[in-house]
Amino acid sequence: MTRRKLTQRIAMHLLLVPFLIFALFPFYHMALTSLKQNKELYDRNAVPLLITKGPTLEHYTKLLWDTAFLTWTKNSLLVTVLSTFVSLVIGTIAAYALSRLKFFAVGTLGTGIFVTYLVPTSLLFLPLAQVVNWLGLGDSKWALVVTYPTFLVPFCTWLLMGYFRTVPKEVEECAMVDGATRIQALWRIVLPIAVPGLVCAALFAFTLSWNEFIYALTFTSSSDQITASVGVTSELIRGDIYYWGSLMAGAVLASVPIVVLYVFFLDYYVSGLTAGAIK
Amino acid sequence: MAIGRVGVAAVPARVSLRARVGNLLDREEWLGPVFVSPALFLLLLLVAYPFCMALYFSVSNAFIGRPSHFIGIRNFVNLWGSDAFRQTFQNAFVFTGAAVGFKLVLGLSLAMILNQPLWFKRLIRGAVLLPWVIPTALSTLGWWWMFNSLYSVVNWTGLALGLMDPPGPNWLGQRYYAMTAVVVVNIWRGLPFFVITILAGLVSIPRELYEAAEADGAGPIARFWHVTLPLLKPVLGIVVLFSTIFTFSDFNIVYVLTHGGPINSTHLFATLARQVGLETGRIGEGAAISLYLFPVLMIVVWAQLRFVRKQAY
Repeated sequence: MTRRKLTQRIAMHLLLVPFLIFALFPFYHMALTSLKQNKELYDRNAVPLLITKGPTLEHYTKLLWDTAFLTWTKNSLLVTVLSTFVSLVIGTIAAYALSRLKFFAVGTLGTGIFVTYLVPTSLLFLPLAQVVNWLGLGDSKWALVVTYPTFLVPFCTWLLMGYFRTVPKEVEECAMVDGATRIQALWRIVLPIAVPGLVCAALFAFTLSWNEFIYALTFTSSSDQITASVGVTSELIRGDIYYWGSLMAGAVLASVPIVVLYVFFLDYYVSGLTAGAIK
Repeated sequence: MAIGRVGVAAVPARVSLRARVGNLLDREEWLGPVFVSPALFLLLLLVAYPFCMALYFSVSNAFIGRPSHFIGIRNFVNLWGSDAFRQTFQNAFVFTGAAVGFKLVLGLSLAMILNQPLWFKRLIRGAVLLPWVIPTALSTLGWWWMFNSLYSVVNWTGLALGLMDPPGPNWLGQRYYAMTAVVVVNIWRGLPFFVITILAGLVSIPRELYEAAEADGAGPIARFWHVTLPLLKPVLGIVVLFSTIFTFSDFNIVYVLTHGGPINSTHLFATLARQVGLETGRIGEGAAISLYLFPVLMIVVWAQLRFVRKQAY
């Protein structure tokens, strides 16, 4: 590397520094707050960027034993896993049909899926709350299992349609010439080729439903039914008294499942983010 | 396909139901609708039907637990008489305009930096994308604490660097500062989407075009204006459209950070609709507020279909 190129490269890294601080500092501060002792946390003369009086886990133990945090997390997991699975199955077969088969109104249906993909959850939460009540699911986590697929299915379908188009038609036709039915060809030939797409759709569906907030906030309210995001934002705040340490501990812990997935599947997240928008 | 038809013709008249269904499912015009119907059923029941209900609510005086009557477009008109709604309408445009504008400029800059040769590229990309992955409601709690009126780390840093006069702004308690705070958090959360998508667009620009431009004597700025920007235009268009609809309909950030306050100065359609429709029970009016999101959605859908569809088919 020439000297000029090296300086240029170092300059690029320096330009990145403010962006990285902006992106990461809130997480650092959140984790730091959750580990501070109260006397340091509420000392206005202390330096807020470091822990100087020793770390503590008291906020975490308080969160785990004195609140229903574990129940909220269990609810989140149940809702997320079930709605992801259901949406992935429905989305996969719909995407296969819309991208591969010729049948009545296929083009219109594809457009319809795309349009619903763009409908924001905040547009329909009021009437959907009524529908949820009529279904007898008011204030129940099952309301979320039923309603989350409304935004997950369009997303999975749209993403997977892009992937299925990249699988050459000939591969499937070969299998059918050899006597396989269309469903066998889909199950044994097309789906194995589309595994990266399926992983991507599953990851995004998991992330989107874990992060969902407005439906969870509107459709559930009892402490044994709410999800982690709602529990941490509403149950840990009592009147004007904020337990900042536990609040931050809750925000950190409830993000852990997503962070773990993220660390292992970073490349899928990157490709899914671009594919969802552009494909 | 031909194989399936031959199969149908070859079976004897009395075939088991199972075989007949199997044969039907081997034909595209049957399998297609069967595969699409679960999705269709779900979306009709839980998207199309609630949408019709929203339309009905918005032209009625529906109130939680009371029979409702048709009152025409009175909800839509009456809203203009409410200070809270007029303020919200203005907020929505200020919020969306500022947030999307900054995300576009910052996203383009950061994507261009990330497109250069770098050390630890994967790690850096991972860090940049992180705010998009973490549950927004929870990361916004972190920002809430950072903007706390007594213990704000933002103010502490500003004072330490000599950028602010003590005691520093009360971020969430003063109207313009509150709007700034909400916009900043939205930029923070939405920037990764811009960066990653624009970066994908940048990577796909052929290197030869830059070499040709350089050979013709174009400097870095000319190359940016005449090569990068024109070729990036479709990607930028799509990113801006996507971001516009999701920023305009944002709920989480405002709900957690300010609850729409102080004095409605940060309310968006979604947060006001929730307050009016659920907290005070006037569902009809709440639905009408939500439906003000609809024209923007329509414009974005129309533009997207022109852009995206042209590429897909």
